[in-house]
Amino acid sequence: MIQFSEEKLAKVKEIIARYPEGKHKSALIPVLHLAQEEFGGWLDVPVMDYVATLISIKPIEVYEVATFYSMFNMKPVGKYVLEVCQTGPCMVSGSDKIISHIKNKLGIDAGETTEDGLFTLKPAECLGACGYAPMMQLGKHFREHLTTEKVDAIIEELRAAAKN
Amino acid sequence: MKLLLENAHVEGIRYYEAYRKTGGYRAVEKALKMTPDELVEEVKKSGLRGRGGAGFPTGMKWSFLAKPEGVPRHLVVNADESEPGTFKDRYLMEFLPHLFIEGMIISSFALGSNTSYVYIRGEYAWIPDILEQAIAEAKANGWLGKNILGTGFDCEIYVHRGAGAYICGEETALIESLEGKRGNPRIKPPFPAIQGVWMRPTVVNNVETIAAVVPIINMGGEEYGKIGVGRSTGTKLMSACGNLKRPGVYEIPFDLSVEDFIYGDEWCQGIANGKKLKACIPGGSSVPILPANLLLKTAKGETRYMNYESLSDGGFATGSMLGSGGFIVLDEDQCVVRHTMSLARFYKHESCGQCSPCREGTGWMYRILKKIEYGQGTMADIDLLWDIQRRIEGNTICPLGDAAAWPVAAAIRHFRDEFEWHILNPEESQTRNYGLAHYADPLEIVVA
Repeated sequence: MIQFSEEKLAKVKEIIARYPEGKHKSALIPVLHLAQEEFGGWLDVPVMDYVATLISIKPIEVYEVATFYSMFNMKPVGKYVLEVCQTGPCMVSGSDKIISHIKNKLGIDAGETTEDGLFTLKPAECLGACGYAPMMQLGKHFREHLTTEKVDAIIEELRAAAKN
Repeated sequence: MKLLLENAHVEGIRYYEAYRKTGGYRAVEKALKMTPDELVEEVKKSGLRGRGGAGFPTGMKWSFLAKPEGVPRHLVVNADESEPGTFKDRYLMEFLPHLFIEGMIISSFALGSNTSYVYIRGEYAWIPDILEQAIAEAKANGWLGKNILGTGFDCEIYVHRGAGAYICGEETALIESLEGKRGNPRIKPPFPAIQGVWMRPTVVNNVETIAAVVPIINMGGEEYGKIGVGRSTGTKLMSACGNLKRPGVYEIPFDLSVEDFIYGDEWCQGIANGKKLKACIPGGSSVPILPANLLLKTAKGETRYMNYESLSDGGFATGSMLGSGGFIVLDEDQCVVRHTMSLARFYKHESCGQCSPCREGTGWMYRILKKIEYGQGTMADIDLLWDIQRRIEGNTICPLGDAAAWPVAAAIRHFRDEFEWHILNPEESQTRNYGLAHYADPLEIVVA
């Protein structure tokens, strides 16, 4: 059953109230973020349909937006999504090496998820941390000044966190 | 002289108490005693130019705002910072949120916006919490909300998260996105000042621009206008990255030379690992790349400075742009072909797909560059690349087309022999880089 908790529904209401009367469609992207967090890290069609009813817009209006923005995942992802920046400034600072290290270590290619469902590698375009490159986004936060050793430590840290 | 980051290292400056102690919100007190028109006049006098990249005079942008009777107006701050090489707004919002909010309150009053929005890129996922905390503190202390300081002015600020789209940094795409749609830029006119978000008059300004309003009001527009060089007034935040010894966010005076910025102890401290400077993109990935010799000196042999005029001296033939202040440095070990390919992939990924020259052209450029980078290019490919970029530039609804074309054009213009070397040495180019070649020495530049 796809259904937000009372607390999340209150949050949706609060978000809709940020915009003028009748402009509730503006709440779409913030609510899609909530839905992705809540329902498994990606936006399945029933989830998008649920968001459409919450905001009183047509499902197609949700699909066309969800598919446009790169942060919304249109297929299942692992528990942890390693979004490694590969754009120019990160590239000159060694992001290629970081990406291939992750591929080798986890045995997955870009866009794939490990068999245990823990990790997805998602090479990303510029995330705004160019001075602290190479870097990756991990959930809400950035991990910066990456080295292969740091990546190993992050993977261990996440494996340990997943066990608890 | 620091106007924005002066107090960046004061303990607890992220919170209200410490910010207020350093003189925070004094500018709001002063501004709310003035009329909105007087405030617009102060910003005009300051000569402040938009810090997002285009450098359009802020006061003039403000004065274009339509004020039809009974129609609400909005200030929308562009915090969608996505131009590769740029991370200065992130620094401002993360460490000096109250400075930014103070600037927003003054600007909202000047523009008559009772509900203002911060459109922040979705990936800066932890920053909305910081901003919302600052907004709540400002509200609790009477700087936001109803009847601010008894003036009858009401103002609310909301933070709106995007979801990963470079194009939403373009102001009409940002407006579409804020309306809950795909980030497809609108055809202009009408400009946002007439019909912006929800078809209401709207001003869209960059984070740094809005923060700069605080020192402008504190010292007066005329005094602010005296700081800097020519039409580059005030100070600028630069985000320096790439192969530098000390990358980071710096507030620079406009009379700083490029050489001092790269090598000075106070600034980036030179190239990392004792390497040599090969090239630099001084204002975010969209602006032309320059080889070291043209970066440090203009084609006329004059020292180049870190300001709007000096960096663009020579036009695109021998100059570049200050742009957003994203200063990307490449050392002698970097491959210009590979770097250009990486940027081309970025623009291909970020094209919204509305206009065919950009939608198709960015993909063609990426694929040709990839072919050359991996040793499968032909000489004709270089001319084809040139031809494609030329046909994208100026033929799209928004400037993303230009932004994708310029880096390719400049790379070929200044580094053509590196492209040719890749093509002539398909195997060798896979095992080593072209290096500095003759770029270390001043080139004979023909000035038109």
